[in-house]
Amino acid sequence: MRILLVDDSKTMRNIQKAVLSQLGHTDVLEACDGQDALSKAPAFKPELMLVDWNMPNMDGLTFVKTWRQNNKQTPIIMVTTEAEKSRVIEAIKAGVNNYVVKPFTPDLLSQRIQETLQRAGVAAAAAQAASAPAAA
Amino acid sequence: MDAIYIKPFIASISNVFSTMMQLPVTVKEPYVKPAEGPSSDVSGIIGMSGDVRGSVVLSFSNTTAENIVALFCGQKYGAGTPDFADAIGELVNMVSGGAKALFKDRKVSISCPSVVLGVNHILAKQSDVPTVVIPCATDCGIVNIEVSIKDARTPATPADAPATAQA
Repeated sequence: MRILLVDDSKTMRNIQKAVLSQLGHTDVLEACDGQDALSKAPAFKPELMLVDWNMPNMDGLTFVKTWRQNNKQTPIIMVTTEAEKSRVIEAIKAGVNNYVVKPFTPDLLSQRIQETLQRAGVAAAAAQAASAPAAA
Repeated sequence: MDAIYIKPFIASISNVFSTMMQLPVTVKEPYVKPAEGPSSDVSGIIGMSGDVRGSVVLSFSNTTAENIVALFCGQKYGAGTPDFADAIGELVNMVSGGAKALFKDRKVSISCPSVVLGVNHILAKQSDVPTVVIPCATDCGIVNIEVSIKDARTPATPADAPATAQA
């Protein structure tokens, strides 16, 4: 599975990469801000994105809104220090599928990744079933 | 400075250090930093804006910072390397972000972190805002949180006040 990791902190990217590796995900591309992610994502075609909020050049919320204009399906998890309820709502409205507040334990991040992928899989299967022609 | 601006930082640093590093924090008595106050070797700085304005600094000695970064990153980085500065920046980011979420009824934004390195450096702050130092003892050494913020909400004008009946 191709995963795009968007965070301006290399330390946080390393911590998240270690969790992803424990889950068996090693096809991980890193981006250091929203602009970098926008330049890398189209060619990489990520199947999951972990996105920080506060970053230089382009913040995570702007990136998610921009990406969602043409990509409705890619599951996105916001991983951020922004913990206020209003911020979570803002992120969900922008198109984020799940939310992790820093600091987090490896177990919590694993859990959120797994539930996000599971939900995305269920949604994709439902969409495929809905578009398939009815059996005779 | 009101305690409502201090308690969130105490709660936040305890949460960040225990969650990310399993490192317990013992908070000592906060005090107002004198004008010629203590300097440090490593400072992670975050600016706050919105309903609350000012800055928050995590300050360490070189040794303490190196010990904490080693725990946080799972490997040792020398002070002055880019990875070391990145880790310090992320720690102050998490502590400040966690604290601002605990400010009741205040909408606050935080800046991207900056890190200053240099033995016994001194940071110049806004002169109209006192700096409260919260000393935090850990097994890695003492970490000081320096909180220099003030309420920046616009006071209600008489025109905003509800009308009252005149006798």
